[in-house]
Amino acid sequence: MLDVSMVSDRVADILAAHRDLEGPLLPILHAIQAEFGYIPQSTLPGIAKALNLSKAEVHGVISFYHDFREAPAGRHVLKLCRAEACQAMGADRVAAHAQGTLGVDWHGTTEDGAVTLEPVFCLGLCACGPAAMVDGRLVGRCDEVEIDALIAEVRA
Amino acid sequence: MKIYIPLDSAAVALGADALAAAVAAEARRLDREVEIIRNGSRGMVWLEPLVEVVTPQGRIGFGPMTPADVPGLFADLAVHPKALGPVEELPWMKGQTRLTFARVGIIDPLSLADYEAEGGLSGLRKAVAMDPAAIVAEVTASGLRGRGGAGFPTGIKWKTVSEAVADRKYIVCNADEGDSATFADRMLMEGDPFTLIEGMIIAGLATGATKGFVYIRSEYPVAIRVMEEACRLARAAGLLGGSVLGSGPAFDIEIRVGAGAYVCGEETSLLNSLEGKRGVVRAKPPLPALEGFLGRPTVVNNVISLASVPVIFEKGAAFYKDFGLGRSRGTIPLQIAGNVRFGGLYEVAFGLTLGDIVDGIAGGCATGRPVKAVQVGGPLGAYHPRSEFDTPFGYEEFAGKDGLIGHAGLTVFDDSADMLKQARFAMEFCAIESCGKCTPCRIGAVRGVETVDRIAKGDAAAIPLLTDLCVTMKSGSLCALGGFTPYPVMSALTHFPDDFARSKEAAE
Repeated sequence: MLDVSMVSDRVADILAAHRDLEGPLLPILHAIQAEFGYIPQSTLPGIAKALNLSKAEVHGVISFYHDFREAPAGRHVLKLCRAEACQAMGADRVAAHAQGTLGVDWHGTTEDGAVTLEPVFCLGLCACGPAAMVDGRLVGRCDEVEIDALIAEVRA
Repeated sequence: MKIYIPLDSAAVALGADALAAAVAAEARRLDREVEIIRNGSRGMVWLEPLVEVVTPQGRIGFGPMTPADVPGLFADLAVHPKALGPVEELPWMKGQTRLTFARVGIIDPLSLADYEAEGGLSGLRKAVAMDPAAIVAEVTASGLRGRGGAGFPTGIKWKTVSEAVADRKYIVCNADEGDSATFADRMLMEGDPFTLIEGMIIAGLATGATKGFVYIRSEYPVAIRVMEEACRLARAAGLLGGSVLGSGPAFDIEIRVGAGAYVCGEETSLLNSLEGKRGVVRAKPPLPALEGFLGRPTVVNNVISLASVPVIFEKGAAFYKDFGLGRSRGTIPLQIAGNVRFGGLYEVAFGLTLGDIVDGIAGGCATGRPVKAVQVGGPLGAYHPRSEFDTPFGYEEFAGKDGLIGHAGLTVFDDSADMLKQARFAMEFCAIESCGKCTPCRIGAVRGVETVDRIAKGDAAAIPLLTDLCVTMKSGSLCALGGFTPYPVMSALTHFPDDFARSKEAAE
């Protein structure tokens, strides 16, 4: 559980650091998510007040973008590309294998809280698909064997 | 000893970071002096990680490298099992006309000295001495068209912004390269970021804009890091800031990061996102050129459009225009992807046929099976069968085949592809990524998935319904997401009808 006063202090710092940007909301949301791993509901009133928006408007922006989370992810995030170039190299099969192994669907988190599985539409690795990203690390030619290795690695 | 090891995302995804660490460790073990330069990729992704060692005979390539191949780099290079010879002499490199990508893979992307030594800034030095109308005229004369996909003449867009009267104007670089099979923007930003910066500064000089944004998708962490560092270096060198090159007007660039919404690659949606709003598409008019970012006149150009500007000024509009065919002038960085033997980036003048690219350059399918279809132009592009392999690569030529070249990405599929499944995916993708503003896209895509599912269950009566839905989406959507999703769907249906002829028994 996040400490409420710690959160509001950090959010105040983040808001101050972005005060002079034109159109600062996305950079602010990225910074908050980088800090806490998600965007706590408790931060919305402060963001809204600083930018002269309603809480609903801030919520509307958060919910529009796939990147922003309203709840924490698992300890590791495994993203698998679902786009066409990776499909041509068997991405659907690899994704089904990962879902089966982890026992989760897209956006799901394993029961032990270790891994969240996310779809991604293109990592720009289209000539070495299927592509994956584990906690920000890029992986090309990610077949079933590689997926098993990645899952074993993050669960270790 | 000087060794180049790419920092490019594709090379990193195939182990370049581990390789760089292995080279450094081996050098320490042998007590050898080694300078490791992290360069961009040469674009031969099947050879990545491609390591280059500088020798008196030039830069010799080794790839695809694994850590086990590293000790051999410190022995007799001629007998190294991964030796490829001089990189410049490889057929993939010799066949290209590298104008926009001239420096990518060659220089240290974060060395301004390297950049200038390879011709960088000479275009800007010419432009800074010209008046804005002359800069616009030069870009117009080059025949450069928007490389993001729409193909709108860049010079005309710049002219509109240049002639608009406002207290502030903006240059926005669209680096939200979300189309599958495209990675040219990423490679350019990772491998030669100063070219993009130089192009944006020239756009600023041409239009009177003093502020630029590069909106990079969050899926590109390496490109974000390199661009941020390049902007910092450019500022320190006086390239960006209060006075461009010490004599020009002010111009600065800010890097912004997207948040995983495909539709933000559409220019008006991107502008809303940049302003901190939901990435919802705006109706046009007003054109962004007149009322763009924060309601001010704004140039929104793709990375490759802007990065092609420096070479146009360095070598002249006539030089650039001399390449190409018809109304498609200059060069285009083809991105060859999917199921291919040789995938990567290949910059060449417009005009190669689809067959030249797929059967020739790409060498057919990686799986060794026959090519069934090629999707050109990303998720909103058509699937082309072999019977269209004689189509020359150009904007009008592909439009004439009910397709588009888009951002010039090609995804190759072998004969195991199920085109009904691909059509379903196109609709599903549109449904997931729709911004929700217009009904044909928001509702149409959902109904499209359902209709394809009916066809998959053997309901042939749903085929005319799908066709009808595509007509509505094509003519009734606000932007290319809903408007172009019918391209992959209808091309799959038209060219591969057998995949849609499911019998009820087989489906059950």
